[in-house]
Amino acid sequence: MSEAGHSKSGVLYGMVIDLDKCTGCTACSVACQAENNVSFLPDESNKVRSITWMEIYWLQNGKDYPDYQFTYLPRPCMHCNSPHHSPCTFVCPVNATQRDEENGIVSHIYPRCIGCRYCMVACPYHARRFNWYDPSWPQTMETMLSPEVSTRMRGVVEKCTFCNHRLLQARSKAFADGTDPNAVIYTPACAAACPTKAIAFGNLLDAKSDVGKLSKDPRAFRILEKLKTEPKVYYLSKHQWVHKLGDKGM
Amino acid sequence: MDKALIPDGVKRCPLPIFALWALLLTAVVGWGVWAGGMVLYKAMNITGLNDYFGFGFYITIDLAIIALGAGAFFTGFLYYGLSRFFPAFKELSKVINLSVVVGFLCYTGAIVILLLELGQPLRSWFPYWHPNVHSMLTEVIFCITCYAIVLTIEYIPIILENRKINEVRGAHVFGHTLHELMAIFALTGTFLSFFHQGSLGGVAGVLFARPFAFRTGFFIWPWTFFLFVLSAIASGPGFTALVCRALEKVSGRKLVDRSVYDLFGKIVGVLLSVYIVLKIIDTLYWAFVLAPSFGFKLSDFYLGPYYGIWLLVAEILICGVLPAAILLSPKGRSSNGLLFSSFILVCIGVTINRFVMTVQALATPVMPFDRWEIYIPTIYEWAPGFALIAYIILVISISYRYLPLFPREKELNPVR
Repeated sequence: MSEAGHSKSGVLYGMVIDLDKCTGCTACSVACQAENNVSFLPDESNKVRSITWMEIYWLQNGKDYPDYQFTYLPRPCMHCNSPHHSPCTFVCPVNATQRDEENGIVSHIYPRCIGCRYCMVACPYHARRFNWYDPSWPQTMETMLSPEVSTRMRGVVEKCTFCNHRLLQARSKAFADGTDPNAVIYTPACAAACPTKAIAFGNLLDAKSDVGKLSKDPRAFRILEKLKTEPKVYYLSKHQWVHKLGDKGM
Repeated sequence: MDKALIPDGVKRCPLPIFALWALLLTAVVGWGVWAGGMVLYKAMNITGLNDYFGFGFYITIDLAIIALGAGAFFTGFLYYGLSRFFPAFKELSKVINLSVVVGFLCYTGAIVILLLELGQPLRSWFPYWHPNVHSMLTEVIFCITCYAIVLTIEYIPIILENRKINEVRGAHVFGHTLHELMAIFALTGTFLSFFHQGSLGGVAGVLFARPFAFRTGFFIWPWTFFLFVLSAIASGPGFTALVCRALEKVSGRKLVDRSVYDLFGKIVGVLLSVYIVLKIIDTLYWAFVLAPSFGFKLSDFYLGPYYGIWLLVAEILICGVLPAAILLSPKGRSSNGLLFSSFILVCIGVTINRFVMTVQALATPVMPFDRWEIYIPTIYEWAPGFALIAYIILVISISYRYLPLFPREKELNPVR
């Protein structure tokens, strides 16, 4: 682990979500579910147990008409870049969740997870979900499961991986093509599915990249920045009330 | 029928009455085992836990029972470690066996409940194989299992003192040898217990993204590490004293001298006073410096009847300052009513502390657009909790009946 909490290589994958462009269509969330073989609950109305890697929050400014405003806020895992450890990787007793210091992605090793849920307790973003039930899908959907992503068993925690399998595919291709596998750029399923191109993804350390530029935009903010978790997901909004809701008591 | 097994010169209730009592407790234990079995078989979806409340009743009762079981290590430490420097602690020899049994039961029970807490119980050995040295939970798991082994070793010579078993020469020699080594085990237990009581506090205190639980600290240990140790050694002896008193009431016999309770009163009073002063300082710093630095006000952490500010008042004032004041006064300690009420308050206080650091820490919204959630445990969580209590009572009952737990019992209750 890097003590400074920064990528050892020149790559630090991150995401920028433009809330001014987001229409709340949930295409990102649906694409994520399909891409990552997220299972279905017997009762999906139970929202404190349903599994969603890309949760869509509905934020309101709390004012009455005609000053009323609202926005949607898609929330993947923040892949926190806090020094030394992310909140979740710090507490896992079995090293089942780790941050790759080469690229900043926080991953979860399902066959090693003991299901103690300490990582969920540590995460203030509710980005981690527990498999309360055996994974199941409607029968017709089982044939559509992605062979690239392992399904998760009952009793383990899961979360957004920034579509790590797509990174691995991109690296394999780069290796085959004879280019640098460590410099690849790929697109996660949520960013690919967004019809308004509200989600940008790439190397935050590359000042010329979209995410490198957008993360420095005056409209940019991060959720709960005061906690010093150093999330690698940035949001863009022209509304100050949205910024204020993003970081408590800003 | 079982007279040959009962310690020499003491009186016990008739076997049928004891059997009925044991049967009742066994039924409660069986109920809990059934509920725990269902959790393992059907998975944790039958509990009240959810993605908001990753920790709940199981962890709360584990933390509370381990704190209350701290009487074992601390009484052992005072007796084996300090009594040669402070002869007043020699008095604890009259209750040392009971404190070992209570500690053994609290710890073994807690380990079983901890197993139910895991989504993948068959992987419960993974923390020994893939330990994350940064995780407080790793420290807890290692120390609790090591200390449970130490407590088992401490319990064995007490079992071997049973009248019939002691007649077997090998058992007698083995038991006597273990007894001679007991100081080493007691001090090993002190070392282990100090660390895991602290690391249980660290479990909450290191959550730097959870402003309700997070605390700054010294080196790698958050202040909760030290506060948990202090609160455990303040409440543990009080719990041991309460168990002893309950045994006296149920059996109708005097088991220890009043001076033992008085000594426990002094120990608890002094430790609780130190703890509560530090706890108040910690709470003030947290409420007015630490939490505001994250954008939180004290009022953000408390809501409604379930998670109201009354929890803080009850924990610190009613179950902390009040019993500390009573126990520090010789007059307070001399009254049985005040003494044992204070012990009860201390035990309730430490349980509230473990509850808020576990459940309330998760109920409190962190993201500004988040909401409060209420956690209600199901019967599959309550039942193992009741079973744990029944297990403790059952084994103490059996131990009291057949083992010489109280060296002064014979003298204090001469058979007419």
